[in-house]
Amino acid sequence: MEFLRPATWQEAVAAKAEHPSAVPIAGGTDVMVEINFDHRRPEHLLDLGRIPELSEFDTDSGSGTVRLGASVPYSRIMEHLRTQAPGLALASHTVASPQIRNRGGVGGNLGTASPAGDAHPALLAGGAEVEAVSVRGTRLIPIDDFYVGVKRNALAPDELIRAVRLKTATGPQQFSKVGTRNAMVIAVCAFGIALHPEVRQVRTGIGSAAPTPIRARAAEEFLAAALEEAGLWESRAALPPAVARQFATLVSGAANPIDDVRGTASYRRHALGVMARRTLDWTWREYRGAERTESCA
Amino acid sequence: MSTAEQNRAAEGGRTPTGVARGLTQGATGTRGGIGESTLRPDGVLKVTGEFAYSSDLWHEDMLWGHTLRSTVAHARIVSIDTAEALATPGVYAVLTYDDLPTEVRHYGLEIRDTPVLAHGKVRHHGEPVALVAADHPETARRAAAKIRVVYEELPVVTDEASATAPGAVLVHEDRDDHHSGHVPHPNIVHRQPIVRGDADAAARRADVVVRGEYVFGMQDQAFLGPESGLAVPAEDGGVDLYVATQWLHSDLRQIAPVLGLPEKKVRMTLSGVGGAFGGREDLSMQIHGCLLALRTGKPVKIVYNRFESFFGHVHRHPAKLTYEHGATREGKLTHVRCRIVLDGGAYASSSPAVVGNAASLGVGPYVVDDVDIEALALYTNNPPCGAMRGFGAVQACFAYEAQMDKVAAELGMDPVEFRQRNAMEQGAVMPTGQVVDSPAPVAELLRRVKAMPLPPERQWETTEGADVRALPGGLSNTTHGEGVVRGIGYAVGIKNVGFSEGFDDYSTARVRIEAINGEAVATVHTAMAEVGQGGVTVHAQIARSELGVTQVTINPADTQVGSAGSTSASRQTYMTGGAVKNTCEAVREKVLAIGRRKFGTYHPAWATAELLLEDGHVVTDGGEKLAPIAEVLEDEAVDLELEFRHRPTQPFDLRTGQGNGHVQYSFAAHRAVVEVDTELGLVKVVELACAQDVGKALNPLSVAGQIQGGSTQGLGVAVMEEIVVDPVTAKVRNPSFTDYLIPTILDTPSMPLDILELADEHAPYGLRGIGEAPTLSSTPAVLAAIRQATGLELNRTPVRPEHLTGS
Repeated sequence: MEFLRPATWQEAVAAKAEHPSAVPIAGGTDVMVEINFDHRRPEHLLDLGRIPELSEFDTDSGSGTVRLGASVPYSRIMEHLRTQAPGLALASHTVASPQIRNRGGVGGNLGTASPAGDAHPALLAGGAEVEAVSVRGTRLIPIDDFYVGVKRNALAPDELIRAVRLKTATGPQQFSKVGTRNAMVIAVCAFGIALHPEVRQVRTGIGSAAPTPIRARAAEEFLAAALEEAGLWESRAALPPAVARQFATLVSGAANPIDDVRGTASYRRHALGVMARRTLDWTWREYRGAERTESCA
Repeated sequence: MSTAEQNRAAEGGRTPTGVARGLTQGATGTRGGIGESTLRPDGVLKVTGEFAYSSDLWHEDMLWGHTLRSTVAHARIVSIDTAEALATPGVYAVLTYDDLPTEVRHYGLEIRDTPVLAHGKVRHHGEPVALVAADHPETARRAAAKIRVVYEELPVVTDEASATAPGAVLVHEDRDDHHSGHVPHPNIVHRQPIVRGDADAAARRADVVVRGEYVFGMQDQAFLGPESGLAVPAEDGGVDLYVATQWLHSDLRQIAPVLGLPEKKVRMTLSGVGGAFGGREDLSMQIHGCLLALRTGKPVKIVYNRFESFFGHVHRHPAKLTYEHGATREGKLTHVRCRIVLDGGAYASSSPAVVGNAASLGVGPYVVDDVDIEALALYTNNPPCGAMRGFGAVQACFAYEAQMDKVAAELGMDPVEFRQRNAMEQGAVMPTGQVVDSPAPVAELLRRVKAMPLPPERQWETTEGADVRALPGGLSNTTHGEGVVRGIGYAVGIKNVGFSEGFDDYSTARVRIEAINGEAVATVHTAMAEVGQGGVTVHAQIARSELGVTQVTINPADTQVGSAGSTSASRQTYMTGGAVKNTCEAVREKVLAIGRRKFGTYHPAWATAELLLEDGHVVTDGGEKLAPIAEVLEDEAVDLELEFRHRPTQPFDLRTGQGNGHVQYSFAAHRAVVEVDTELGLVKVVELACAQDVGKALNPLSVAGQIQGGSTQGLGVAVMEEIVVDPVTAKVRNPSFTDYLIPTILDTPSMPLDILELADEHAPYGLRGIGEAPTLSSTPAVLAAIRQATGLELNRTPVRPEHLTGS
């Protein structure tokens, strides 16, 4: 195994072009586990640890965007992006342990593209874009097109993830994850929701309940239509319980889970419904301003 | 001695292998004797990361050993081709069964049924098949991957039905062990009935009869320091073995014959142990490391990684338990019938003793005159199971306590009151006929645990909103209070202390006292495995109390001194603590004899008074100082090694189970307060209160640590810990800390304690072994609380979310 240590981003991109099978490593919280357990023996490891800009983020209030470097550790997302990216900040809280949160970043979650990655539901709900860079140039991959199969993403072999771009939150966001322990646990299933009042949309993300992270599109469309029809975006009136129930049912139905050692398929469907109902309730209450929901982020 | 000095003392004394030469500790501000919360001599080293664990062992020029393990659960080995592995550069040796040096090729704690390396057959997933030694761990691992093993798979037996079905494949053919003659089937390791009174007749007097079937999942000890050790070949043809284990001399007895060496040529030294909980009672890398070292002539280190560790030690027996309890309307138990089926997996390990415990403690700490009990352990192709904290009593307690709640509910009686009405006390007769001849404050423990104040309701509410850390799901943010229901549950248990059923259980302590720089100091040398329980702390306390010294050095545990027995069965403070006390007393008598000889003519008290050693002096019982100990000793040292035994026990009758099988009993009661997210099936244990009788707390802080640790381990198997074995293939599905979950600090509740000290007159200082009892009742208390919150029957542990949501 050869260890490539580019000193600059340009060198890194060039190295990836030269060695397309090279596995990028930043915090190492995924890659090292795979190597230690011998699940993976890449010929080249591409260390991104010397490239400081990957660990930086910019919030541009003018354009209303957040550009989040691929290696910004979860602990900093929790600390600094609670307002701009509340869903992702909540998801970051649920990642593993403090030590892992100090090392791991969103780029690793995206690179591994495991359906259980904690960031995915929040990125889907937030409508993120992935900034993929190669010697050929930079392209922005919409998160909806990013997950293409089990642990497969839309990156070309010569591409590296430079950053994730998110619109600064314009409405409440929530994230909820079921694990069989109260901390430091891989998701049995997870759910993210974001209200986008400026475009009168609701976006969702489901983790660990299908071969890839997915959106619950039917649920989103149903909810957007129901909110529109009843004029709720304007009135900020209470959400009819029937709407919340139907939303939950549709989220549940969007999942395509399996039975495994962490949980059963039917439990996952059930739990997604419960999380969908609760997180919708929390976000809508927050939108109404009727009650401040505490996120503890 | 300051902290820094302690560190220096330990560091300066490091051997080349990283094993400290001894832990020296003085006393700061107090005498540091028994009854004080003296701090651990290795505590600072451990919390600062300086302590050398067995995985830190290092030797110049050492090789790394690696174990190739079976990928299938049950198969005939058609062939093993090691040629390519041997040809790998950097590889020094590849060993299979055919390379074993003597005809002794099996080992085992009670039954020698476990092959050192698989012979012709593998019987469980992960069984060792071949060994590699190489100059780098990665080279060893890669070479092992080049060993070609051709398996011809055999059908697996995985439970009682498949193991005892007509024509069932036998896990061990041609058994000739001492249990094989009395078991009803060759796939049953051992069976122990206990029959007392007339359960049939008593059942006719019962106003209510309650039956239940219970399932206990496979728990792992999940110690954090993986199996590891270093074997160094010696010039005399022997081997020095540094290893993390629980019982050096038991290892030695099993290792030496396989190597073809006399025991004196296998010199074992305990190295830093990162937890044990029973999982180090069986051998892991000991023989393998020695074989590779003797073959290559080089030091060989073996460290399992976390994945391998799940295959490197036995687990807690999973069990199926069937119970019938009867009671009168007045709330008196009439009878108990039960059948406990333990899955011992592929090799016996300590299954027979686990069976004895499960049977003899099967009705719990209650007075029941008419009982019909049967416990047995199976041979299957599942992972081998053996010792784990609580040892057979845990599984039974989970079931009988669930039954006690059911009977109480049937009678419309408060579950604590129902237990108290049936609680045993001193003088009670066990189902085995044994009279409990020391305090048994079962009703009192329940009273105390119930009397503790309850944690406030809705404790997650803050002025800022819900604190999710205090709610089920924690930071996963699954509820802000929705669906959350509180439940409260109680349980009490009984555990035996020490080795039972006629075993010659003893411990040895060597104690030396001498004057250094005008101060009397003591050295304690035992073979006791310090696995975290705090024996090293308590031994120094005992030496200070008995010998009146301040500075005590605890020598490293090794086989140059007699056996200390196992660090298990809650026995070490009783047994090796007792041995240290016993030897100290004899040393004291010698010191006093020297004093009488030298100074007897100067003061009549030397001849007439009761003399003690206190504060570095010989003193009279009236407190008069006669002479400094250092002056008594001058250049003389007193150095003695003595054995200590507890009262003898008897085997259980094979047909009736009658016999005075146990040494001492230990009792704890728990109250669990849980909050359950009833919609998601997630559980937060809010508080786990415990009341326990410890006889005498030699070190109250250590006692509290043991109770809280044991309670947490019981909580783990209530709500998360389980090794999942595929019922079709008998392969382990979750051998990692990613999917074998143990409680984090967020899962660990506040644990208020009420510690009772009712002396057992038969035990040193009146103490009671304490390490295991809290592991028993914590699980059923948590289950009872979840049942109360959900109204569900829940006859299985651990409880998973889908059991609570019905999905």
